Amino acid sequence: MTDTIVQMEGINKRFPGVQALKDCQFNLQRGEVHALVGENGAGKSTLMKILAGIYAVDQGTITLKDKKVTIPNPIAAQTMGISMVHQELNLMPHLTASQNIFIGRETKKWFLLDENTQNKKSQELFELMNLSVKPTMKVRDMTVAKQQMVEIAKALSFNADVLIFDEPSGALTDVETAELFRIIRELKEQGTGIIYITHRMEELKEISDRVTVLRDGLYVDTVNTKETSIDQIIQMMVGRVIYESSPEVPEDRSQEVVLEVKNLSRGNELKDVSFQLKKGEILGFAGLVGAGRTETARAIFGADPIDSGEIIVNGKAILVRRPSDAVTNDLAYLSEDRKRYGLCLSLDVKSNITMPILQKLSNWVGWVNDNKSKKISENLVEKLTIRTPSIEQKAKNLSGGNQQKVVVGKWLARDADILIFDEPTRGIDVGAKQEIYTLLNELTAQGKSIIMISSELPEILRMSHRIVVMCEGRITGVLDHTEATQEKIMRFATMRNGSHLVETSPT
Amino acid sequence: MNPNHNEQKKKTRVDTIQRLMAFAALVILFIGFSLASPFFFTFSNIVGILVSTAVNGLLAIGATFIIISGGIDLSVGTVMTLSAVSAAVVVRNWGMPNIFGVLAAVATGTFAGVLNGLMVAKLKIPPFIATLGMLNVARGLSLVITDLSPIYFPLEVGWNRIAMGSVLGSIIPGFDIPNGVMLLFGSALLAGLILSKTVIGRYAFAIGSNEEAARLSGVNILKWKTIIYATGGFFIGIAGVVISARLNSAQPALGLGYELDAIAAAVIGGVSLSGGDGTMLGTIIGAFIISTLTNGLRILAVPQEWQIVVTGLIIILAVYLDIVRKRAKSS
Repeated sequence: MTDTIVQMEGINKRFPGVQALKDCQFNLQRGEVHALVGENGAGKSTLMKILAGIYAVDQGTITLKDKKVTIPNPIAAQTMGISMVHQELNLMPHLTASQNIFIGRETKKWFLLDENTQNKKSQELFELMNLSVKPTMKVRDMTVAKQQMVEIAKALSFNADVLIFDEPSGALTDVETAELFRIIRELKEQGTGIIYITHRMEELKEISDRVTVLRDGLYVDTVNTKETSIDQIIQMMVGRVIYESSPEVPEDRSQEVVLEVKNLSRGNELKDVSFQLKKGEILGFAGLVGAGRTETARAIFGADPIDSGEIIVNGKAILVRRPSDAVTNDLAYLSEDRKRYGLCLSLDVKSNITMPILQKLSNWVGWVNDNKSKKISENLVEKLTIRTPSIEQKAKNLSGGNQQKVVVGKWLARDADILIFDEPTRGIDVGAKQEIYTLLNELTAQGKSIIMISSELPEILRMSHRIVVMCEGRITGVLDHTEATQEKIMRFATMRNGSHLVETSPT
Repeated sequence: MNPNHNEQKKKTRVDTIQRLMAFAALVILFIGFSLASPFFFTFSNIVGILVSTAVNGLLAIGATFIIISGGIDLSVGTVMTLSAVSAAVVVRNWGMPNIFGVLAAVATGTFAGVLNGLMVAKLKIPPFIATLGMLNVARGLSLVITDLSPIYFPLEVGWNRIAMGSVLGSIIPGFDIPNGVMLLFGSALLAGLILSKTVIGRYAFAIGSNEEAARLSGVNILKWKTIIYATGGFFIGIAGVVISARLNSAQPALGLGYELDAIAAAVIGGVSLSGGDGTMLGTIIGAFIISTLTNGLRILAVPQEWQIVVTGLIIILAVYLDIVRKRAKSS
């Protein structure tokens, strides 16, 4: 059984400001597991969301079982036999497993819900999957792995010929992943075509028959897993990189340690994270999505509580219970999600910039010195060349790059010494990116120290003095900029604990 | 950048016009009622409207702080009553001077605010539930302290004059605007300054606009939320003084339902229930719209039950217009 069920050709997709997919192709055969890999933002999820009817395709043809089709929405995809198990769980925690599976197409007797039939059908599905879950169990009472299984059961309930998994193992333990693989193999035996999006290189050998690599929205190649080494695949993912300019790394950095983190741990997210930040240095944090970089930053800043660990600023251990404690110690955190965590969008530029220093700008009754706030804001707007008609402009009316500069301005006003930038150039156009880079270099030249979290490897390589690489909550490597390459970083970034999956027999 | 700039200006202008809508509505109500009845636009009736706005206006001021910070306070009415009861206990039962009665009332309101703030910020109880609890606690305490019967202030201490006397009238003869009304205007001015010029106000907007961003900017949410609820409570304490002075007594059974009028006034005045947006001026205008409507309909001999229906419709209309305004702004 190796006939083609899905054939995608010449696929183009544009989002505002970015060409997400350029002339991509993909094909899937009956009874195969076809892995789809690429760096963050390579277009894997976009391509699959087109197949699942979530995004409309701009250009290109999709052939399903020798018939050209258009897939206008997810329901159409499901009736054609294409189901997607999403990265985020889309279940309603307060409903039962079977209620979740049949949501939107409940079986009814007259006008009453027929729970019995639904439960029976769900039970059949679970038995098919060799899964011991009660259909009447509420989803919120299940482990994440079981919830994932319910998602899969839901996908299967559409009698899918094509099943798309978008990084399903992200939330699973090794044992649970092995269980998932067992189910995938069983489905494969039954002739279902399976598309498996993953970041985990070692899983490729374990589960996939073929691998398609995407890079920057472009199709790179499709190879047979057996005949290809992991190194070759990583090389295809990363590609040859052409630098716009040589790394702008000044050499004169001191050895003075301004921030030291010792054995930081927090649940499953952070495990024993230790590193040092030196004065005037940009320390890059690389890793794949979910590696624990943002979690590290938030833990240092007191945004999330930690289980254990020490944070030492300028040789003094500090207690950070909430962000205001970190701010007192001249730390600053610039979140990756400016709109949610960085700005009060409905407030003006001035209010946003002066927020961390408002108490300093006010007298004992809390009266804010408006002239001073204006002066400080105007100075920073000029210094950072924030393009805004006035400092009374609301933050939501500024462009992404200018919003980012307002957040930077906020911390410059506070005169923070240690700045943690989380994805500082995300969603910013090329020109503004360059300005942010220049700004980072200026800051370090003034003796400020910077931690820069970035998922763009060229950016990390270009800006950092040293690079910390994380994977699954651990630091897996620290590289000096003289020795760092994309390949080395990717190797550390995919270095999972124990490195290989444990095979468990079905129980 | 230039066309963008002009567009911004235009947007701001539209915004200002729409902000004036509540005021325009008030003016239209005045003109309409004046044409409909010769008894409406008289000095004594206008003073009557002002007096009847005082209590709800003060409660609405308190509620505005809390709503702007993204919370809600259902306890304003019964906390007001508890404040009045504290004043009565201090002045009548303990025989202390009036000033201590005022302090007791304000302290009670502020303290209830602190407790509300701690419940919301420290214990993370949703504001709706926390203040619903406080509503009942304050109501119950009022009944317990008074043993279910009203406490009357002795006439000779002149508690009544705090709201019903007229300092202004003694300075400018014939201009007998009651002190209660002056207290409302004074409080509104003070509250407006706190909201627009001090750290408390700025942080109320910041927390209501994006609590997580404010937290990550180093704003101590626990501390400032507590202060914001306490500030609201302070004005509710003043409302307790005014209502007990108007009635010359503390009526322990009073207070239920006042919270809804206060929230309605804020909402009609353009305070966003989702937080982050609103002005004191708007809230005061909102309070006046409610009392003008009630007063005018009464003069026109509209049955009281129909007055309630009209007030309800006005609230729905006001919020709908606010939504239309926001939609126009965002497009």
